[in-house]
Amino acid sequence: MTNLIQAISILAAAIAVSFGAIGPALGEGRAVAAAMDAIARQPESAGTISRTLFVGLAMIETMAIYCLVIALLVLFANPFVK
Amino acid sequence: MIHSPLLTTPLFHAGPIPVTAPVVTTWAIMAILVIGAALATRRLSLTPSKFQTVLELLVTTIDAQILDTMQTEPQKYRSLIGTLFLFILISNCSSLIPNVEPPTAHIETDAALALVVFCATIFYGIRTRGVLRYLATFAEPTWIMIPLNVVEQITRTFSLTVRLFGNVMSGVFVVGIVLSLAGLLVPIPLMALDLLTGAVQAYIFTVLAMVFIGAALADSSSSDKPTIRQGTP
Repeated sequence: MTNLIQAISILAAAIAVSFGAIGPALGEGRAVAAAMDAIARQPESAGTISRTLFVGLAMIETMAIYCLVIALLVLFANPFVK
Repeated sequence: MIHSPLLTTPLFHAGPIPVTAPVVTTWAIMAILVIGAALATRRLSLTPSKFQTVLELLVTTIDAQILDTMQTEPQKYRSLIGTLFLFILISNCSSLIPNVEPPTAHIETDAALALVVFCATIFYGIRTRGVLRYLATFAEPTWIMIPLNVVEQITRTFSLTVRLFGNVMSGVFVVGIVLSLAGLLVPIPLMALDLLTGAVQAYIFTVLAMVFIGAALADSSSSDKPTIRQGTP
């Protein structure tokens, strides 16, 4: 029984990380593309754009990090595996 | 050796208090920062030496960032923001020293740092606006938003914690896995990537701290900012 729960936990961690990475990856790609476009149009405001981009990317990336934390919780701090 | 990143085991006991490795590293970094700053500012001169020039460049850069992000005088916030940035930067880079794990790779350190930002937000908000006017900002668009605004305060502190923890810890973790799979000298490019991630995360943590504190300070001045921006293009 514990073996089954462990196997399912590992599978769940893998699924959480893999599917949780898809959305933020697409979002970050769009954000970087838009920032590149903006910098190409207005090179003089590159500083402001890249600072805002960094903060925005950090916000988007948090979603992927949440998935990573869930995966780690499932792997290392699973309440059902004793 | 790969162990759970959520667990810390005490190194030794100082009286009744268990002391873990991140605590020792944190105190070492704090000592380096304090002693270094005391030594560096002991002999300041108007014709600066090379070292003083570097320090002045650092302080000027932090000041410029504060001025850009918060749109206020950097004087009051320089010590908090600058210390946060330097501490996180040095502790993220401390993984380069063999046998040392960065303290930010443990969730307790990050939680403490985020708690400092949380308290600073409330403190500066109350100091500039007064208690009642600060509390009134929670009902900012309408009073229905009060629960959402309260929840936002907590979740953004939590996400500050988890963001720093996740990034630094995953770097350390990946280096450990690659080292155990491939062997010596192979994870060096990954460690270089870790340095970059660490610097970016230190920057992001401080920028977000500035944004949060700035949002608590000045909604009254933000109403006249857009008119300036509309005038410039």
